[in-house]
Amino acid sequence: MAFLVNSNKHAEWVIEKCLFLSAISAIFFIVLIIVFIFEKGLPMIIDYGLLNFILGTNWFPLDGQFGIFPMILGTLYVTAGAMVLGVPLGLACAIFLAETAPEKMKNSMEPVIESLAGIPSIVYGFFGIVVIVPFMRDAFGAGFSILTCSIILAIMVLPTIISISQDAISSVPKEYKEASIALGATHWQTIKKIILPNAMPGIATGVLLGVGRAIGETMAVLMVSGNVVKIPSSIFDPVRPLTANIALEMNYAYGIHREALFATGVILLVVTFALIMVVDYFQRGN
Amino acid sequence: MKLGISLKSILVLILIIGASFATGCVNEGATARKEIMVTGSTSLKPIADELAEVYMQKNPDVVITVGGGGSTVGITNVREGTTNIGMSSRDLKGDEMTLNKIVIAWDGVAVVVNPTNNVDDLILEQIKKIYTGEIVNWKEVGGVEAKITVVTREEGSGTRGAFEDIIMGEDKITIDAITQPSTGAVKATVAGDKNAIGYISLAALTEDVKSLKIVGVEPTADKINAGEYPLVRPFLFVTKQEPSGLAKDFIDFSLGDEGQKIIERNGCISIR
Repeated sequence: MAFLVNSNKHAEWVIEKCLFLSAISAIFFIVLIIVFIFEKGLPMIIDYGLLNFILGTNWFPLDGQFGIFPMILGTLYVTAGAMVLGVPLGLACAIFLAETAPEKMKNSMEPVIESLAGIPSIVYGFFGIVVIVPFMRDAFGAGFSILTCSIILAIMVLPTIISISQDAISSVPKEYKEASIALGATHWQTIKKIILPNAMPGIATGVLLGVGRAIGETMAVLMVSGNVVKIPSSIFDPVRPLTANIALEMNYAYGIHREALFATGVILLVVTFALIMVVDYFQRGN
Repeated sequence: MKLGISLKSILVLILIIGASFATGCVNEGATARKEIMVTGSTSLKPIADELAEVYMQKNPDVVITVGGGGSTVGITNVREGTTNIGMSSRDLKGDEMTLNKIVIAWDGVAVVVNPTNNVDDLILEQIKKIYTGEIVNWKEVGGVEAKITVVTREEGSGTRGAFEDIIMGEDKITIDAITQPSTGAVKATVAGDKNAIGYISLAALTEDVKSLKIVGVEPTADKINAGEYPLVRPFLFVTKQEPSGLAKDFIDFSLGDEGQKIIERNGCISIR
């Protein structure tokens, strides 16, 4: 008997330590990545000057000019565009699924939306270059553009926004809804005045995770952005987002050019971490 | 579940680290053993893969490792001594010229447009002006009234390097040019845009784009052999010193009948 207790304790100890190890390993990998990227990229930023780097508008890596301002704008524009297109659509879809969709339709639509998340980004990119780019060129005279990127990204962020918003809407206490309807409010009034405000922190989290996905997306935008390093003057201009810059030039870059691409990665990491902190803030608020 | 995954990943990580140490040790002794490394140009890699495969079939005791990375990476690796043979799809320049280069094949660079484009012949000066952004409308070179979509490759690409050396000289490609990351993407862009112009390796030329004649000469193996088609780049093997031992034998094999046949089968032009 004493032996059994003892062995249980041992097993517990082992499991506890293993769990601890697995928790630590996630932190370990993140720290490893941060250290690696910063070690490779930071010296270049310090040498070149942070302001020169993030506010410079000329990117001629073979002539030693490394300004990534047009790319920062590019990333911000395509992400903003994706949100403008994706959020209303995703939110409407989430409301529909959570509130009004018949059970049968809900059951068939959910896997479809989930499978949207499973399509590899290179396939989105290929679809973009073969279908959307020629279509946009015929319709607006510009194929590779901010708008094209935004459309592709909007489709890609839909599953994230829909599933998280739908969860948030579904988890609004049933009593709130019943009380509202009992007071004579219509279904739509209830959704607008009661359900959405209560689900807002969850919806905001979904949207911000979608923003994170859009900022970090590489292959799909690489293929449809046109990769032009120039400050865009309209949504029909081509751009080069930060991620595309790294993927485009990493194969051939060496020396300071390579360091500049790691430095691009540093900026991207900083932007992403800032975003994660905002998400965290919203979740805590929740 | 989570526990299992993370333990597994740690194990995998340890294995990877262990393996990389192990291969490090093998490479240390590589010169003594029959093993060489070939890295560099991604355009040349499929050809080198096949050359290495056939060579290893004939010499079972030899191991040839072929890696990509790009021309510039290959050249840098050779200079640093981390690879035996570098592959480059552009000519050496600047301080790279101190290295030893062997031309193993020639490749044409085809200037391509959409098949519906009615322009089919340009002179070098016109191509240059299109790429500097001086000529912006197909009308100016005998085509229809339409804005030209200029498509280029990324900085550092061997194809771009060859194109810049031969066509652009000191001038820069306009920053308005659509930049695509691969030959395939350039082709897809030109095939989908009736006003686009791009350039690709002749070996990758297919029916969905139309290659332009340059000063009346079409890009074919015959015209390149005759020295008439101007847009030609060498495919190079680069070594630090005069090659010796296994590296020399492999290069000789590539230059020999069998090697050159493999090169021709891959759409390149034999050095003979």
